[in-house]
Amino acid sequence: MTSLNQKYISIEAAIGIIPDGASIMVGGFGSPGTPFALLDELLAQGQKELTLIKNDANEPDIGIGRLIRAGRVQRLITSHIGLNRIAIEEMNRGQLVVEMYPQGLLAEKIRCAGVGHPGFLTDIGLETEIAQHRREIEVNGQTCAIEPAIHADFSLIHADLADHYGNLVYRGTAINFNPLMAMAADMVIAQAFRVAAPGELKPEAVHTPCAFVNHVVQVDPATSNQGIRAHAV
Amino acid sequence: MPSDQERILARAAREILPGQIVNLGIGLPQRLFHYMPEDQEVLVHSENGILGCQPVAENAVPDYEMIDSGGAYIGVTPGASVFDSAVSFAMIRRSRVNVTFMGAFEVDQQGNLANWKIPGKFSPGIGGAMELAQKVEKLVVLCSHNDKHGNPKILRQCRLPLTAPRCASLIVTEKAVMAVTERGLEVIDIAENLDVETLRAATEAELIINESQLGRF
Repeated sequence: MTSLNQKYISIEAAIGIIPDGASIMVGGFGSPGTPFALLDELLAQGQKELTLIKNDANEPDIGIGRLIRAGRVQRLITSHIGLNRIAIEEMNRGQLVVEMYPQGLLAEKIRCAGVGHPGFLTDIGLETEIAQHRREIEVNGQTCAIEPAIHADFSLIHADLADHYGNLVYRGTAINFNPLMAMAADMVIAQAFRVAAPGELKPEAVHTPCAFVNHVVQVDPATSNQGIRAHAV
Repeated sequence: MPSDQERILARAAREILPGQIVNLGIGLPQRLFHYMPEDQEVLVHSENGILGCQPVAENAVPDYEMIDSGGAYIGVTPGASVFDSAVSFAMIRRSRVNVTFMGAFEVDQQGNLANWKIPGKFSPGIGGAMELAQKVEKLVVLCSHNDKHGNPKILRQCRLPLTAPRCASLIVTEKAVMAVTERGLEVIDIAENLDVETLRAATEAELIINESQLGRF
């Protein structure tokens, strides 16, 4: 058992835990919140036949876009891949299996896994195409669809700040899926731009409590890809 | 003469009321930022997890961890908050977002909206559209009245897969402003220099038009 306040690990060792065929949640909405350094290490180490769960497919040359391009992703569970033409082409050719959910349902399916529920009931999408693959039940006279939780072997998280215990603090719109995914996998690996000394973080400032986090990798924002784009879309 | 898009945006912006929480869809609706009165007190929600965003000045260095759902770098307005994706969609599903603006491939006289998928041609995913369309009380659809081949987009019945059934409240095109009502699709405003016959010819849906009460825009 690892010591409670020794969550720091090298990036090579952290990503080295991930085997071929793993299912991995990846934080981020577009670039903000995407753990680019962890993903680049995953690309370098060569794990394959991965199932990724991420809101989007990043863009072709960054983040999970690079893993998809390298043929390392078998299946992608997502909400929208419009900014990645290569992912769309691979999906259309049948090389990449893509499962799409409305964004809020994807978030809630992940949240459910994180809070220990097998799934939830919803009225979203009842009279649409997505209803075809769901079981429906009646609750208090209302038709509801059953949405099972989505759980993963690993989560790769981007935080702004972490401490030795693995407490995490997010920043700006880089929060997005990160706190949900940080609770929803068996093994949670977080990268952080800044680290706080033990006891430095105010308890009420912690977004993700350390109980959910297995490993923390410190990443230098000056040398890490942040998916910065010169343009606004 | 304003362009068609400018006409749509200027008219649509009048649907935003002081005190409202507003969501702007990707594409044309996001340009509404530039049509809202500067002193108007509204909070703009973006489903990636922010309430109270605004565009950054063109020459400003952006904060790279601050974007809206369209990927544009943003700043914040007083009273802003950031939150995770589950909270962001709780705000949508609990109807705390008052009005949302979206584009359309097709919209029909029942208020059905199709804007996420053209089978075999275009299926990048659903994003937040389905939940916004189903749960936000007022959905304003902004789109060209006809597609690039001249075919009507305002239909009797949508043919493409729906984003949500019976969800649109108002449709704003360069030709007309149409309200979805229990009686059908009522034309409220018609574009300057356009006559009713031309409007009907460009539209597949049945239009309810009371010429004496018709506004111009």
